[in-house]
Amino acid sequence: MTTALIGPPLVAYLVGLPLVFALLMLFAKGEGVKRVAFIASLVELGLALFAYYTLHKNSLSPQLSMDVPWITSLGVDFNVAIDGISMVLVLLTTILVPIIILSSFRNNYENPSTFYALIMFMQMALIGVFVARDGFLFYIFWELALIPIYFICLMWGGENRGKITFKFFVYTLTGSLFMLAALIYLYLNTSIGDTNIHTFDLKALYLAGQKLLPTEQTWVFWGLFLGFAIKMPIFPFHTWQPDTYVTAPTQGTMLLSGIMLKMGTYGIIRWLLPMTPAAWASWGTTALLLCVISIIYASCMALVQKDFKRLIAYSSIAHVGLIAAGVFAFSPDKNNVEGITGAVVQMFSHGINVVGLFFIADILLSRTGTRELDKLGGIRNVSPQFTTLFMIIMLGSVALPLTNGFVGEFLLINGVYQFSATMALFAGLTIILGAVYMLRSFQAIMLGNTKTITASFGELSGNEKTVLLVVCAAVIILGVYPAPLISIIQNDVHQLVSGIMPMHS
Amino acid sequence: MIQLAWLIPVLPLLGFAIIGLGGKKLSKGQISLVGCGSVLLAFLLSLGIFFQLHGQSEVVKVASWFATGRLSVDFSFLIDPLSVLFMLIITGVGFLIHLYSTGYMHDDDGYHRFFSYMNLFVFFMLLLVMGSNYILMFVGWEGVGLCSYLLIGFWFKNTEYNNAAKKAFIVNRIGDLGFLLGMILIYVTFKSLDFSVVFKGVHDNAYNQSIYNTIGILLFIGACGKSAQIPLYTWLPDAMAGPTPVSALIHAATMVTSGIYMITRSSVIFINAPVASEVVALIGVLTAVFAATIGLFQNDIKKVLAYSTVSQLGYMFLGLGVGAFTGGVFHVMTHAFFKALLFLCAGSVIHAMSGEQDIRRMGGLKKALPITHLTFLIGTLAISGLPPFSGFFSKDEILGHVYEHEGSGKLYWVLGVIGSMLTAFYMFRLYFLTFHGKFRGTHEQEHHLHESPKSMTVPLMILAGLAAVAGFLGIPNAHQHLLYNFLEPGYGYAKTWIEGPSHFGGEELKLMLIAIASAGAAIYLAFMIYRKNNVLPKEKEEDMPKIQRVIFHKYYVDEFYDAVIRKPLDWLSEMFYKFFELKFIDGIVNGIGSGVKWMGSMARYVQTGSIGFYLFAMSLAVMLIFMIKFF
Repeated sequence: MTTALIGPPLVAYLVGLPLVFALLMLFAKGEGVKRVAFIASLVELGLALFAYYTLHKNSLSPQLSMDVPWITSLGVDFNVAIDGISMVLVLLTTILVPIIILSSFRNNYENPSTFYALIMFMQMALIGVFVARDGFLFYIFWELALIPIYFICLMWGGENRGKITFKFFVYTLTGSLFMLAALIYLYLNTSIGDTNIHTFDLKALYLAGQKLLPTEQTWVFWGLFLGFAIKMPIFPFHTWQPDTYVTAPTQGTMLLSGIMLKMGTYGIIRWLLPMTPAAWASWGTTALLLCVISIIYASCMALVQKDFKRLIAYSSIAHVGLIAAGVFAFSPDKNNVEGITGAVVQMFSHGINVVGLFFIADILLSRTGTRELDKLGGIRNVSPQFTTLFMIIMLGSVALPLTNGFVGEFLLINGVYQFSATMALFAGLTIILGAVYMLRSFQAIMLGNTKTITASFGELSGNEKTVLLVVCAAVIILGVYPAPLISIIQNDVHQLVSGIMPMHS
Repeated sequence: MIQLAWLIPVLPLLGFAIIGLGGKKLSKGQISLVGCGSVLLAFLLSLGIFFQLHGQSEVVKVASWFATGRLSVDFSFLIDPLSVLFMLIITGVGFLIHLYSTGYMHDDDGYHRFFSYMNLFVFFMLLLVMGSNYILMFVGWEGVGLCSYLLIGFWFKNTEYNNAAKKAFIVNRIGDLGFLLGMILIYVTFKSLDFSVVFKGVHDNAYNQSIYNTIGILLFIGACGKSAQIPLYTWLPDAMAGPTPVSALIHAATMVTSGIYMITRSSVIFINAPVASEVVALIGVLTAVFAATIGLFQNDIKKVLAYSTVSQLGYMFLGLGVGAFTGGVFHVMTHAFFKALLFLCAGSVIHAMSGEQDIRRMGGLKKALPITHLTFLIGTLAISGLPPFSGFFSKDEILGHVYEHEGSGKLYWVLGVIGSMLTAFYMFRLYFLTFHGKFRGTHEQEHHLHESPKSMTVPLMILAGLAAVAGFLGIPNAHQHLLYNFLEPGYGYAKTWIEGPSHFGGEELKLMLIAIASAGAAIYLAFMIYRKNNVLPKEKEEDMPKIQRVIFHKYYVDEFYDAVIRKPLDWLSEMFYKFFELKFIDGIVNGIGSGVKWMGSMARYVQTGSIGFYLFAMSLAVMLIFMIKFF
């Protein structure tokens, strides 16, 4: 390509740098490992910000792209590119990883170099997923992301980690295999003319999918859906999630909920929505229904949780359900792109907020020895700063206007409403139920009189405060000024859906 | 001057930021200065704009908020007579209550917290009435809900108060869902949420009534939450858990009137939505009477005032429902004066009584609290609808229109008059039991009785003055109805449909006299029972007649909601969690999983190995695979 003279383009560095860091981390020793990892993640963040800066906001094609033949015999390219939608998720990843690393400064994990190397390796895979434009490459990154998180949960997790992590691994792997089967089926339909040459190129897969018979599309649709739905997860494929989130070490939970589950929502937008329009038309409503059930069901589950970490795990299912609902509500006739735009915005906001909430759960556990709502209480008396920060993140989570949760949620419910007012009413219940479980737990943990275990809670330490402050700043800044995100998404969403032509007769 | 309107909400926001960040490092004097000063400056600015405004509507754009291609939302303010009137009420009454709070909250540990929340509230409240689109209104709407939550639960050690705060937020959220869906339907219909675009759209397509009815009802659900109407009113009486100045500012004078503002602002929609308007009127009149009956038997001075607020808000909605927008807004204004006054008086009483709120323990406070007594009396006369006090004029303005309303107007009018009789009765019951007769508290309390400091009594006197004379802004005669003349140009597209002020006709005069006479009779009855015969409210529930016991327990509505909504929701969730979630779904998953259990043996290998080595190998492999091209 034209960039050959000056070396691979930026996007290659974005994917490659964390991999190099991961390798280097393995050789780092001692106490400084954390700091090295943190600095490395900041470098990656700087690179992502630079990419954001160079992104042309009004361009209609994928940018910063790199497309080199890789496994030519199979028609697989190393094809990566960044458009606005990818950019949002790359930014989310590169912003969260330093936060996650910083949040671990208070822990002393065994084998720190391996721990941080795994995080770096995971970052590489996650970014890869968000920029891949080749079906096979996408699948490779998708599975590569599972391996480090599997080890993180297995090595540094809590009680029962072996069994729970294994279940998580097998469950999501099973989903991925359905996805792979669907991708291969599409691939086999990409032949150009009478030749036997196939390709995994994204655009070619779109065309292949759109040409399929409705029944074939249906199989592809549900195959891809399973892969994505399990990852997010959506009801009834969610039972691996609460156990895994609770058992994983906090940083693992953050990686899973903050970034990794967005692979699923991103997948729906990039790899499912434009792929099978006929199936979308006939089965999208079913998928939407599952999302809406997810929202209400998971909210109700959150209502009765006693462990704050498990409560957030369920609330995450509810929030992600709304994100997916906004996408599945899209219909080419109504052109309700608000839902898709909202989904991308909300993926970002949810990532920030959920990481903040899990960190709060971690602080609670480390200071009081428990996350049980009934046992806590009265922390506000002894830690006003923590109270304020917790409150701000909670408000973001219940999508109060001027916090980062609001604009996305408004667009999502808007998008769903345009498809079906009834669905929007049920999806909208999240704003009531969310307030119920969040305010209940805030009250149980923070308000009232102190108890013996909370009396000595004390104020936050330096890096705890830093992490929560950064999260809170993001909550407010993106709530007041979401334009930097929305402005880069807009054109790409329109571009994406304009390619959807109902091909079936 | 008008271009500086953006400063009005920003000033209290700055106050919030300064007090919030400064916290305990600031002295009480500094906090008072910033807290009150920011609101006072905002008031002066509003006043300046008021004098420059000659009926025009101006939009002051500050910045754009977000734009998604089809929908773009700005931070921009609409300055027109309606918003300026509300700005004056919010900042004017708000300032007086801030001033009062410097005395009332003086010994509280959370002094800085209190003022930062109050300033934040004023900011959001101003945003609510100044926003030039529905989203900004919604921002303010939810923002004031947050502040209400923070201030009801201000004394956060008390579980009951925390529950009240939580309840307020959640019940409001139920309403907010209605508002949100209504707003989305507006967007879907008009492809915009800007008032100017939407109202023009309605004006040009007035025939589209079924959509406007839906929009109207959805918006009104929001109003029911925020303005405490049936069936969502239950949070407001509980909200009295907050410090009394909060009850005065948020739960009487300003926030709870947001619903009236919202509907008046959307008057074009409601005028073209006859069904929605009828619903508004019906719910309004029912709430007015229903809440008044509960007020008859409450013994907590603040609870009586709370139910009276619910009831008075009902009158305002009744007015809006029959198209008397000016009347509704007029009553918002007079109510802001007399109800803020009554609450602040109650605060002064509670202050003097060392925290006692039960009127059965009061009595004879007239002597020790002369200023509080006199101002409370003025407030009571105003709310009872006796001329020449302000409440008379605004209530009459509403009832006059109600009577002329086609269909059920006459019935509404009768109910309205019954409601105002009840109001006059329970208010004078409250007045006599509190200020007359013998003192019924402890010796200690009696010894401690004192009039409140100047910082508290001066606001009382100013508000009493306003409560006494503000009615003259709306003398029921077209030429002198200053308020109508002021608001009229602001109705914009609704102008052609808005009814003028009521007139002094023969029949009107008769109705007015009936209303006055019935209020007078109710007051006489209260006098005979509670002053002349010194009857005291029953101490024990068993002594009450059955019907009184039901009303004393607020018709068991809270218990009813608990039994049909909260408990089933929790119980069902618990059952679903235990049996469906853990046993059924996960059971299936594990069942499938055990079929492939042999894979478990594979897991054992990786558990014992060195992860570092695997990772090293993996990374290297990935790199090689990807880099193969470059070799």
